[in-house]
Amino acid sequence: MIVNSVLKGVRVVGDRTLKIVERVGATVAFLGLILVNSATSLKRPSLIVREVYYAGVQSLIIILVSGLFVGMVLGLQGHETLQKYGSEESVGVLVALALVREMGPVVSALLFASRAGSAITAEIGLMKATEQLSAMEMMAVSPVARVVAPRFWGGVLSMPLLALLFSSMGIFGGFVVAVVLIGVDNGAFWSQMQAAVDFRQDVVNGIIKSLVFGVAVSAIATFEGYEAPPTAEGVSGATTRTVVTSSLAILALDLLLTAFMLKGWN
Amino acid sequence: MENLVEISNLNFGYGQRLVLKGINLRIPRGRLVAIMGLSGCGKTTLLRLMGGQLQAREGQMRVAGEHLNHLGRDGLYRLRRKLGMLFQFGALFTDLSVFDNVAFQMREHTDLSESMIRDLTLMKLNAVGLRGVHTLMPSELSGGMARRVALARATALDPSLILYDEPFAGLDPISLGVIGQLIRRLNDALGATSVLVTHDIQESLKIVDYVYFVADGVILAEGTPEQIRASTLPFVHQFVWGESDGPMPFHYPAQPIQPDFGLAGRLS
Amino acid sequence: MERSTLNLWVGFFVLLGFGAFLMLAFKVGNLSIGASGKTYVVVAHFDNIGQLKERAPVRSAGVLVGRVSSIHFDAVHYNAEVRMSLDEQYHFPTDTSASVLTSGILGEQYIGLDAGGDDKMLKNGDEIKLAQGAMVLERLIGQFLFNKAQDGTTTKGAEK
Repeated sequence: MIVNSVLKGVRVVGDRTLKIVERVGATVAFLGLILVNSATSLKRPSLIVREVYYAGVQSLIIILVSGLFVGMVLGLQGHETLQKYGSEESVGVLVALALVREMGPVVSALLFASRAGSAITAEIGLMKATEQLSAMEMMAVSPVARVVAPRFWGGVLSMPLLALLFSSMGIFGGFVVAVVLIGVDNGAFWSQMQAAVDFRQDVVNGIIKSLVFGVAVSAIATFEGYEAPPTAEGVSGATTRTVVTSSLAILALDLLLTAFMLKGWN
Repeated sequence: MENLVEISNLNFGYGQRLVLKGINLRIPRGRLVAIMGLSGCGKTTLLRLMGGQLQAREGQMRVAGEHLNHLGRDGLYRLRRKLGMLFQFGALFTDLSVFDNVAFQMREHTDLSESMIRDLTLMKLNAVGLRGVHTLMPSELSGGMARRVALARATALDPSLILYDEPFAGLDPISLGVIGQLIRRLNDALGATSVLVTHDIQESLKIVDYVYFVADGVILAEGTPEQIRASTLPFVHQFVWGESDGPMPFHYPAQPIQPDFGLAGRLS
Repeated sequence: MERSTLNLWVGFFVLLGFGAFLMLAFKVGNLSIGASGKTYVVVAHFDNIGQLKERAPVRSAGVLVGRVSSIHFDAVHYNAEVRMSLDEQYHFPTDTSASVLTSGILGEQYIGLDAGGDDKMLKNGDEIKLAQGAMVLERLIGQFLFNKAQDGTTTKGAEK
């Protein structure tokens, strides 16, 4: 009896694991499909420009405002702690490193997943539910090339720009709190930051991270939309899955990338 | 006369369940043919098979000169360049304007100049009487107008075969008549062949040349509208005259009524 | 939306993003040296480098003049071979000395260069002969105690 229920539990864990692996595999395969079908949209940049507008420009407000707030909080908390060690001037270092290395890419990717990723999934899902994708297929136009690939590339291009803006805005927020409001020395704030933040190690690595996140979120969002059951519940479920899966993927990838970047790539 | 669509001994199914069984069907060039039947009888499946969206399990299919059984992706796209399809609710691209919807295939498949595309698109829209709405978005159209725009889009590249999936679903009587007349007129004007899947018997009998009746995955009856109207087959008769009971029973098969209402003991 | 308005917004967005990139590169980061400018490499062997890391700063008179590019263990001489990339605009005499220093008490370690008086200048691939390793606290204390103890024994010996 007990043995049976334990076995049942183990089987459930096994089932779930296999489903997750299957889903990850399918997403990666879909990413491959997108890349193979990217020629059309790369030849017609106007298709991508449109998606950069919907994915990037429309996320601008939320990214800028969140960046400002996150930077201000970092400035406040950093100052509070560093004060105890008598090194208030290092608050600039703390804010800049935290933002450029981690918070910028990660938080902006999380915001991007819930703002733009869910919108992409819902849009593609609805196009599928209303037979627009079938109609395109019947016009001998591949929906992956014409609908999915431009949205994917729009997301991939927007993500690093959004992360850079998030970090810049955050550093500005930290500056406002630390220098303008609290009164940390302006020169020390910037000079210590410049001495500590390395262009290649910190700025470029941050951009690499946000590029990887952009690929992951865009692939997940388009995949979920394309594979959504063509019903109202199907599309809403897919939208939720996009946000959940993307967030998990972002955090897991961040751990991997950070480990590699700190250890070196070899 | 040459047949544009030829289907012989077609079988198709999902898993164990056969949806279509031994279908034989010939549609000569230039005709407007209706495939009718109740919801879920397999008529939409038949249409999807003709468009190559589904693969037949057994049997021969020849559409517009292409053998559908061994068609690769390239062949499929070659076939679809010759097809136009009107989906149930139009399936207009919601992110493109009416003009861009109709111009879509010209932009994707031809190297026509933008001014040429503009002229052709407005001509197509004029043919369905909607040149005046070309700047609107699909969400700003009524159901009937959306269906007409979709019709203009389906005929944008002058296809030789036009497939209609439930073109009359959810339309008011006037729009319904307009769409019906347009389907007939466009077919004759373009010299195309049309296949109409519908369960709207009265409207389609007015416009089509020939009717196939599908029930339970087989072709039950076929003939010209006059023959269908005069048919004495019980099922066809029930369908044409919209009677609520007949060979298609009003009741879904169930166990005897007594136990369900707890009457078993008292009545017997 | 009009095509041109859309393009305008996207252009604005991309420019803003590049602006942020430039700010992070030059105002926040330190792209002014090492990463983009031309550099030349010199080598020094230290008996002990302490906590010195790759990409640690190389300073002369407190000014950043380069960065440590690689650190290897020299299996022949049993010491540490440190390569550093120096900014091409700065030249140092061949008898310049290098030492591993610490900024502040707990700060990071860096290499300090003290210019010598030679006429010839260091070229790409040259070695800095005068190299002093890091101070290791345990050794310093050990040496101090040893000296104290020795002082004690000699004075006691003298009293005898």
